[in-house]
Amino acid sequence: MLQKPSNMAPRLATEKPITVAILAMGGQGGGVLSDWIVDLAEAGGWVAQSTSVPGVAQRTGATIYYIEMLPPKDAKPPVLSLMPTPGDVDVVLAAEFMEAGRAMLRGLVTPERTTLIASSHRSYAVTEKEKPGDGTGDPAVVVEATGVSAKRAIVFDMQSLAEANGSVVSAAMFGALASAEVLPFPRSAFETAIRAGGKGVEASLRAFAAAYDRAREPAGKAPSQQLPAKLLPPLPASDPHPGLNRLLDRIRAGYPQPVQPMLFAGVKRLLDYQDVAYANEYLDKVEAAHRLDAAGGGARRGFAFTAEVAKYLAVAMAYDDVIRVADLKTRASRFERVRKEIGVKSDQIVYTTEYMHPRMEEVAGTMPAALGRWLEDSPRLFGTLDKMINKGRRVRTGTVGWYLMLHMLAGTKRFRRRTLRHAREIEHIDRWLDLAGKVIAADYELAVEVVSCRRLVKGYSDTHARGHSKFDKVIGQVSRLQGRADGASWLNRLRRAALLDEEGKALDGALQTIDSIYGDKAAA
Amino acid sequence: MAERSFAREVEDLKLGEGEIFRGEGILAITKALLQSGVGYVGGYQGSPISHLMDVLADAKGVLDDLGVHFESSASEAAAAAMLSASVMYPIRGAVTWKSTAGTNVASDALTNLASGGVMGGSLIILGEDFGEGSSIPQERSHAFAMKSQMWLLDPRPNLTSMVKAVEDGFELSEASNTPVMLQIRIRACHVHGHFVAKDNKRPTFTLKEALENPRRDVNRVVLPPASLFHDKEKLEQRWPKAVEFIRSRGLNEHFGPTDGDVGIILQGGMYNGVMRALQLLGLADVYGNSLLPLYVLNVTYPLVDDEVADFCLGKKAVIMVEEGHPEYLEQSLNTILRRRDIATKVHGKDLLSLGGDYTTALMVDGLRSFLKSHAPRLLGNQPPTPDPKPVLENAKVKALTEVVPPRPAGFCTGCPERPIFAGMKLMEKELGQHHVSGDIGCHIFSVLPPFNIGGNTMGYGLSGAGASAFNVKADKRPIAVMGDGGFWHNGLVSSVGNAVFNKHDGVILIVDNHYSAATGGQDILSSRAQNPTRSTNNTIAEAVKGVGVKWLRQIDRTYDVAKVRDTLKEALTTPEEGPKVIIASSECMLNKQRRVKPQFNQAVKGGKRMVRERFGVDEDVCTGDHACIRLSGCPSLSVKHTDDPLKDDPVAAIDNSCVGCGNCGEVSEAAVLCPSFYRADIIYNPTRLDRIAATLRGLFIGFLQRRRASRQIAFAA
Repeated sequence: MLQKPSNMAPRLATEKPITVAILAMGGQGGGVLSDWIVDLAEAGGWVAQSTSVPGVAQRTGATIYYIEMLPPKDAKPPVLSLMPTPGDVDVVLAAEFMEAGRAMLRGLVTPERTTLIASSHRSYAVTEKEKPGDGTGDPAVVVEATGVSAKRAIVFDMQSLAEANGSVVSAAMFGALASAEVLPFPRSAFETAIRAGGKGVEASLRAFAAAYDRAREPAGKAPSQQLPAKLLPPLPASDPHPGLNRLLDRIRAGYPQPVQPMLFAGVKRLLDYQDVAYANEYLDKVEAAHRLDAAGGGARRGFAFTAEVAKYLAVAMAYDDVIRVADLKTRASRFERVRKEIGVKSDQIVYTTEYMHPRMEEVAGTMPAALGRWLEDSPRLFGTLDKMINKGRRVRTGTVGWYLMLHMLAGTKRFRRRTLRHAREIEHIDRWLDLAGKVIAADYELAVEVVSCRRLVKGYSDTHARGHSKFDKVIGQVSRLQGRADGASWLNRLRRAALLDEEGKALDGALQTIDSIYGDKAAA
Repeated sequence: MAERSFAREVEDLKLGEGEIFRGEGILAITKALLQSGVGYVGGYQGSPISHLMDVLADAKGVLDDLGVHFESSASEAAAAAMLSASVMYPIRGAVTWKSTAGTNVASDALTNLASGGVMGGSLIILGEDFGEGSSIPQERSHAFAMKSQMWLLDPRPNLTSMVKAVEDGFELSEASNTPVMLQIRIRACHVHGHFVAKDNKRPTFTLKEALENPRRDVNRVVLPPASLFHDKEKLEQRWPKAVEFIRSRGLNEHFGPTDGDVGIILQGGMYNGVMRALQLLGLADVYGNSLLPLYVLNVTYPLVDDEVADFCLGKKAVIMVEEGHPEYLEQSLNTILRRRDIATKVHGKDLLSLGGDYTTALMVDGLRSFLKSHAPRLLGNQPPTPDPKPVLENAKVKALTEVVPPRPAGFCTGCPERPIFAGMKLMEKELGQHHVSGDIGCHIFSVLPPFNIGGNTMGYGLSGAGASAFNVKADKRPIAVMGDGGFWHNGLVSSVGNAVFNKHDGVILIVDNHYSAATGGQDILSSRAQNPTRSTNNTIAEAVKGVGVKWLRQIDRTYDVAKVRDTLKEALTTPEEGPKVIIASSECMLNKQRRVKPQFNQAVKGGKRMVRERFGVDEDVCTGDHACIRLSGCPSLSVKHTDDPLKDDPVAAIDNSCVGCGNCGEVSEAAVLCPSFYRADIIYNPTRLDRIAATLRGLFIGFLQRRRASRQIAFAA
């Protein structure tokens, strides 16, 4: 209908709607939360409008739901907006911590008006988790930004809390929203909205209530500290086992206190991996490194070299071979952990199937060194055997036959030190430590970096080989970086670049930069 | 519809006179069709109009009672052609699809429909997927209206206006013998609101009556000389009739004062945004009162020239708020004013942006500079507008760009398409990278990390055709990937048939997940479900054999990564000539879970022995190199930081959302990754035999474990 316009300027009303934006990913129940909020407002006699672009949310993409609400006036329907305006949002609900960051980046969280309600848990994006190293975003940045963006912030792990109550994060967020008292409706009205929804009502109400209470507690530790702290207990005073007691004595007598916990961790790993003698072998090698460290002025640098050797030598000596895998897979503690991790109830039975794919390389590696080498040098025989061995095997660890096989394989650990693989690993370790030792006198920092590069060697089969080749590439630069003022920082950069992608593109790029700066490619 | 029920929404369609409908915009439109006495409805599903199709597909009872025919068309072209029923008969018909993607497909039929004109009201509901979150190219439907002389409605985005637009649209169509397009933007399709319902109406003239009393009129057929006459009729009769109808019925609306130095002309769909922008500038309130004159085009084509001129007359300047490009409306506005020598200054895209979403913030800025030039007094009392700039410029907020990851849509947990691309990636490790021609559908997520596979997409079902130029002798063959949805939409003929006929040597990989999955899991010809109202279980294999494909491989479990890899290798290397077609088939996991999960829970509750599979990672075996993730990207496979001081990098971890699809295990086996994955078979309600076996095994294993543990030397603490 054609509205009859008047000549009089109308007096404008001053009311503004309450605006709420929900940032969520597909599957987090953002739509359900949005519906609850609309129901809540409508049941309270308000006019509410919600909208979204949910097409992408269906499949784990990030999306925004947007709600405006306002009490009615003289039966005049309000004109509500279909998208949030940066700087004009009262409440932002973020169903994941980086989504809270996204809300801030979009200007939806402003210090004049926005209450930010965010779950501090992380659900890593593909680009974060696909990195060969640690590609996860630093939540501390979000914590910092929250401090300057939000008028008020309610942040805690709503996901775990919801899970603990058998529900999903949206229910916990709704509880936190009620608790924040930013919407003019009583708690009971929120609960009525959940009941009206009709699905999983009891669990939703439990999560709602728990979050309601949790949101009232004083803010706890900043979420950046939620990553588990590395477990580095101090040395025990003594141990009943004389061999172990001697190990403790060696650590205590030979090293400054700050290095001791890492050495203890290393010793424990190698004890678990092999035996007391192997742990002593480890300490022998550390001792040699420590002497070089002291001579190179390590005392002034907190013996950083020794600490780094203590860590990476333990990892290197406890290399992953089939014996180790069989050992880890057959332990009682592992059986327990599986039950716990997948939440098996006491009246349920669980069996695990391991996905193993042994190749002739692994078999040859577990053979006595000479025999293994001979096999490798006989390509035809090696190939024929590989055809028989090289295939995927589904190992049902919980059954008698398979368990016994893995158990016996794990038992071959006593022959480990005679295997081809062991010979190769020790040779590699010696070359690596040797190089670090040669560098230390001239360039302490560079030597520490050389040790840290060992981090690049990880994974199995192809991945392991790729790690090795990256390690070789990075270590290969040491000779030309030695003596440069920024040598250590360059090696550090190379190592970090190597962990950015699988193919080593970032590493190659960094190497080219070095070439362009120093020009002398030949040195590599 | 297969695995989702819309029974609750169907109830909304039954509301009668005076009852309040509460719900989504697109459902309001569905209800409006029934209130308007529509005789038949067709369409092709897709965001944001899938709900219209889904609800009607579940509403057989309601439709049968009213005598309304509904069908899920094979494509938008099929849907548009359906409107042919309204050419000779006074039957109201409506079709719907996602625009502009669907309008492109439909345009052949639309052109012919518009040429001959219609007798019964013909409404084309366009779900406009434009702006943020859109999955298609950013184009305007407006051009289709202009080129074919169809009318385009763009109502204000509230349920009452949208419902009225449906009713007006049918009448306008009948008054001017022209098909009418009703454009609804994505947010308006999903907006929650309410309107006062009316009773549903039975069509006054039925399809049955038409069939039994056929009519023909050679003047309506698109053949010369009739087609030339149609063009004349469009310009001399239908257009003027339409303009007269729009004017006399007041379809466009005025708000605010009649007089003023300046005014705003806007598309109806922009109304709420413009009002919010004016409110922020202190020139309007939330109840629709405006200090500026507004002329709202609920019909954006054709314009009512006299109305436009009247609005501008006496104004120093007007601004046209028109989303998308090019600026068809602004150009028309200039023509109208120039022809009448009206000197009103015209602004529009010079102050707003050429393309993209017209957000409130953008309109605040545009309107402010418009007013600054032409009516600065109006800005005198303006309140401070919301301004996120200070906080966005804060270094701590800027730092977020470094850590907030992109989060595009991707494959769901357990998606059967994931192992296909894992297999393809493994093939590439052996045979090198290949040219991959992509298509429309979930499988296009393969272009994103971690797969990074696939190139351009030319349209639905066109991946094979997109690779057709590469039919030359070379050491590598192209691979075309298409989904079952695309296959039946257009792929069978345009891609597969085309390849057979032209003796194309490439590989066509058809992903058959038993549904039109990307649009919400609708049934299609090859769906495996038994659908009482549709014919399903017509296999893709039979169809491609029917058009002459000789080299055909069917993989019935896509999770067999090694088989996918090896089949691809074979297809890429076989000496056989002609297209190599691989059908990789496993059920869409989203839909499978919708069906299976309730059944499983029911069985467990009933005390039945059931086995649930899920995967896990032994964190002490995992070295944190994440090779598994680079071949998966599954939402349930993530990383976690550990307290192990000897581990720098986070280890892989699988959460409880795992559906046990098997991809992790198969990939680690096929790619020879680490042995840290395990599959856990959890037996619910174990039988007595299960318990006995478990006890005996436990005794044996426990004995060995205790014996070994006792020999292990470890620190006491």
